[in-house]
Amino acid sequence: MKDILRHLLVLLLLGLLGGVGGCATTGGNPDDPLEPYNRAMFSFNDGVDKAILKPVASGYKAVVPEFARTGVTNFFGNLGDVWIGINNILQGKVGDGMSDFGRFAINTTVGILGFVDVASDAGLDKHNEDFGQTLGRWGIGSGAYVVLPILGSSSVRDGISRFAVDWRGDPVRNIGNVPTRNELMGARLVDGRANLLGVGQLAEDAALDHYSYVRGAYLQRRRSLIYDGDPPRMPDPDQTPESSSGK
Amino acid sequence: MIKLLSAICFSLFTSTAGAQDVAPDVLIKSISEDVIGIVKQDKDIKAGDRSKINDLVEAKVLPHFSFGRMTALAMGRNWPKANADQQKALVVEFRTLLVHTYSGALSTYKNEVIEFRPLRMAAGDTDVTVRTRVKRPGSEPVGIDYSMEKTPAGWKVYDVVVGGVSLVTNYRETFNAQIRDSGVDSLIKSLAGKNRSLDPQAGAKSK
Repeated sequence: MKDILRHLLVLLLLGLLGGVGGCATTGGNPDDPLEPYNRAMFSFNDGVDKAILKPVASGYKAVVPEFARTGVTNFFGNLGDVWIGINNILQGKVGDGMSDFGRFAINTTVGILGFVDVASDAGLDKHNEDFGQTLGRWGIGSGAYVVLPILGSSSVRDGISRFAVDWRGDPVRNIGNVPTRNELMGARLVDGRANLLGVGQLAEDAALDHYSYVRGAYLQRRRSLIYDGDPPRMPDPDQTPESSSGK
Repeated sequence: MIKLLSAICFSLFTSTAGAQDVAPDVLIKSISEDVIGIVKQDKDIKAGDRSKINDLVEAKVLPHFSFGRMTALAMGRNWPKANADQQKALVVEFRTLLVHTYSGALSTYKNEVIEFRPLRMAAGDTDVTVRTRVKRPGSEPVGIDYSMEKTPAGWKVYDVVVGGVSLVTNYRETFNAQIRDSGVDSLIKSLAGKNRSLDPQAGAKSK
């Protein structure tokens, strides 16, 4: 059943990729030709978040002590390190890839199944890679900005990568025992949301238009992640005059 | 009396001269350590007292920002379209919004370690980027970069880039969209409304 869902989503995204040309909106952001759909999905996700995910994550944060929550975050982070390593290697960053495998080895053993992130203290920093970034590194553009149901900001390239490829490298997704798998996926979701509670509130407070703020942040962040924090300077679209007025 | 006055003048003169000579990365480092030192020790701040954090940000952080330039950059090609009064109002409102945003970020601080990366700067540069990294559990370190310009009053920040997301660029998009739809005055109203909703006491502190 989950497989069918996944395939449907991939087909939907491919369809969007093909149909984008015909759906071009006038004005608006050139990176976001699907804006009407995206805004609607964004509102929907916000609703689900406020009704379910945010309360559960807040409760989790209030009840579980910080060191335990850090342990949970580390545990799931550790499970993800092998796939991150594979993607680093696919991008030609063999040193980084080896470091990621090293992280997994050290944290799983010395770090007690990943609950303690010993590797970071030893100088092996955690990286952030996924197949969408690998494709980006290979020169494949992100395609239109897409807001996925529940999962939020994505793009055509990243959404397809996520459903068609990333899940194969996800140890939690590949657990045979279905109840265990669901529990772990649920725990990971709540843990992830809890870690974003502060940032999420900040984004809501700081934004005049929450949707476009999140979109802008997502697109900039993705670009930065693909270049590992050092993206080439984008040409300034406006010729901005030096401000002569003081503060 | 005259001695006192000259002593005061002298110390003001040397402290301003001192501010001019402080290298941008040294400046960021000392402000960060100062602010974080306070955040770590102050019980009220640790408990999340937002108005105390706001005061801290106003006193220690904001004097080192170039709000005029930041606002002009966020407005982009719309800046010359605004008249002097509108520009002034925009700077005030944008500044207030940024105070709130920065304090919000500080209030989520949880003993993360900040790493200051070596500064790449040539001798006569007047525009540099100071790069820092914040390490946090379970995720890759977040880069926080400060774009700084050299002014007569010392180095000032005109953009903050967090995890690749530039504050100025992000706001530019929203500002553009709103000005295109309903004009500069409507943008000023939105900003003011936003600031009022975030902090009902904000109206009392307009600089």
